[in-house]
Amino acid sequence: MDIAFLGSWLGSVPTAAIPLLLASVGLILSERAGVVSLGVEGYLAMGAMAAAAVTLESGSLVLGIAAGVAAGALLALGFGIAVVLLRAEQILAGLATMAIGLGAAGLLGRDYVHRTFEGVTNVDLGSLAQVPLLGQLLFAQDPLAYLAILLTLGGWWLIARSHFGLRLRAVGEDPATADVAGVNVQLHQLFAVTCCGALGGLGGAYLSAVASNVWVENMVAGRGWIALALVIFARWDPLRAILGAFLFGAVEALLPRLQASGFDAPVYLMGMLPYALTIVVLVAASCSRARRNAEPAALGQSYIRQDRR
Amino acid sequence: MTAMPAASAPVFLELRGLSKRFGERTVLDGVGLHLERGEVHALLGENGAGKSTLMNILTGVYLADDGEIRLQGERLAIRRPADASAAGIGMVHQHFRLVERFSVVENLLLAAGGRKGLRSASEASAALLRTAEQIGLRIDPQAQVADLSVAERQRTEICKVLALGARILILDEPTAVLTDREAGDMLSAIRRMADTGLSIVLITHKLREVIGHSHRLTVMRQGRTVAANLPTTSLSMEEIARLMVGEQKAGPERAPSTLISNGADLLIAHQLCVSRADGGVGIDGVSLRVRAGEVLGVAGVGGNGQQQLADALLGSLPIEAGNLSLDGAEVTHASIARRRDLGLRIIPSDRMASGLIGELSVADNLALTRVRGGHYRSGWLNRARMRADALAAIARQAIAGATPELRTSLLSGGNAQKVLLARELDSGVRLLVAHSPTRGLDVKACAVVHQAIREVAASGAACLLISEDLEEILALSDRIAVMSAGRITGECPGGSSAEEVGRLMLGHA
Repeated sequence: MDIAFLGSWLGSVPTAAIPLLLASVGLILSERAGVVSLGVEGYLAMGAMAAAAVTLESGSLVLGIAAGVAAGALLALGFGIAVVLLRAEQILAGLATMAIGLGAAGLLGRDYVHRTFEGVTNVDLGSLAQVPLLGQLLFAQDPLAYLAILLTLGGWWLIARSHFGLRLRAVGEDPATADVAGVNVQLHQLFAVTCCGALGGLGGAYLSAVASNVWVENMVAGRGWIALALVIFARWDPLRAILGAFLFGAVEALLPRLQASGFDAPVYLMGMLPYALTIVVLVAASCSRARRNAEPAALGQSYIRQDRR
Repeated sequence: MTAMPAASAPVFLELRGLSKRFGERTVLDGVGLHLERGEVHALLGENGAGKSTLMNILTGVYLADDGEIRLQGERLAIRRPADASAAGIGMVHQHFRLVERFSVVENLLLAAGGRKGLRSASEASAALLRTAEQIGLRIDPQAQVADLSVAERQRTEICKVLALGARILILDEPTAVLTDREAGDMLSAIRRMADTGLSIVLITHKLREVIGHSHRLTVMRQGRTVAANLPTTSLSMEEIARLMVGEQKAGPERAPSTLISNGADLLIAHQLCVSRADGGVGIDGVSLRVRAGEVLGVAGVGGNGQQQLADALLGSLPIEAGNLSLDGAEVTHASIARRRDLGLRIIPSDRMASGLIGELSVADNLALTRVRGGHYRSGWLNRARMRADALAAIARQAIAGATPELRTSLLSGGNAQKVLLARELDSGVRLLVAHSPTRGLDVKACAVVHQAIREVAASGAACLLISEDLEEILALSDRIAVMSAGRITGECPGGSSAEEVGRLMLGHA
């Protein structure tokens, strides 16, 4: 392996990592407020489909990506209303949301399958991209990748540094205490879940409008589930999610490159690798004490205020 | 104790004629209380006397059905918790309102909700330190709540409530969770708080704290104030105890003792020690002897090891030291099944948690303890026989509205307790351990339970009655053991007066 191989491999990592990162950051927001959004796979699918469909119809990439964000947010809002306001069981409602998202994307997107379009192109920073090893990784990416990093940093600031984040974390840790402190528990959870959908939708839009310039069914391929595992790996910290997403992205980006360079291994075995890695990460996480110290204490519980009588 | 601060009209905080009903039950009936600036006002009463309801009204959790609250003569409408805190009323509950994984400062920021002067971590930290210094408590604003001891959390909670602007502080049994030394520190701090002009309502069971640390006191009993705003120094401890438990009515309730003299020892507990789940000592060297034909009452304020005692006798908590024998057989480390075979029966304090399974039918619940013995075996399960037995039990106990197929959780508390009685008081009973058997029941259901306990004793078996309800203990027991801090601190004969037992109960040696 030479420097050029490594450089181009690293350069292709963000394309694989960004959808995972966006979905993970969305999930972190939602879980910090105590809601497990198991349907994130569906948000990704809706985002990918809507971005492709609207871009193909309107010819505007910006509109397309905005439609992807909106589609994810809308699906998440439905889920949020079910679990937060109507107190549906989060796991089952999440699975249903996933199925609805995948199904709706397949149904609504059936006229747009396999129709390629002009996607987002990488920025051109000229000679900076020629820097050995890291040049392509850092200076030859698409604008959405940079935006995703900014959004992640913003998400971290919001959770860790803002008043809103304090209330959000209180809701996820101890909703009864937050309620007594005057925090509107339901509103915060609903907001966080919708943000999760919007970020998932953006991640999906990235898949179709940046990574592949086409929408095909099943293109999400379990990335939502990997993102759920990444949240645990990241210990509910967006900054650590960058590390996790790029680790997984690196594995995913390595596979086609290894094959192209003549490495002989069964394709399906190689394709399994990210998912096998997911299980390894989850097992490692559940063995570590750090997870128990980071997991929001009221995760997955729906909060019911004691009757005032 | 210094004299009460001079009262100047109008009264600082006045509660007048407050009433509250939950359904048909009147829990507060025209309660009044005066609170002055700079005073520690003790609020006394047994469990269920209405103290918590009163304070919940004052803090906006409940809305009073009747009556009014006046602050400095002005009528004060408290409809929500926010109204109470805006009026400067703060409460420190026994269960602290702190997010464990937050730092102390973050907890204040959360509760402050971005109000002026408490917006940034540095402002909040400064406010906490300033408050702590004023009342002479030490706290660390940067500490994580999860790392703090109970006493530290309590100090944190108090400083938090005060930093939010409370001028009236309600402390719900603040020393119940503390060690003796910590309790002493806390009581001194309470006095210092009053000296800075704060008004403190001190809810407590412990007479010593009232005598030493309050200016005035109000006593509640059965939803009424039986003594209001009396200077503490004007009363002796005996008088306060009598106010709390009430004059004992010349006992129509008290059954003639059915005690068989020299009955065999059915239960001998010798120096039992059991730790609590959280590592603290639950019971520490408890010795008890229950003879055939008697009811031994175990009196005491809740949380002094009663639960651990009941669990240890049943066998659901391992006994760490000491011996236990049941009807002559050594059962210190025996299984629950073995103890039941020897005739141990139990009515747990939380009947739906560990007595009955709410999701199962009445017939299934009645059959639970007998299925193991093969009682209903006939190939599979003899459901016809279960049903017939259930019908018989329903008729015998007159369980209103019950059918064998009915889901048990749909029964009222009293009827559910009758199901439990029907199951536990079968022909095999030798020793019944009844833990708060009438908690939450109405008068009629109470009478049924009491009658059942008397019948157990009359039949030659025995009953160990663990209860916080002193009147119940006095009405049923042939002997009374008093439990405090995990030990048996005294024993009285059956005919003792409420004051005698009450004094032992309240931790006054």
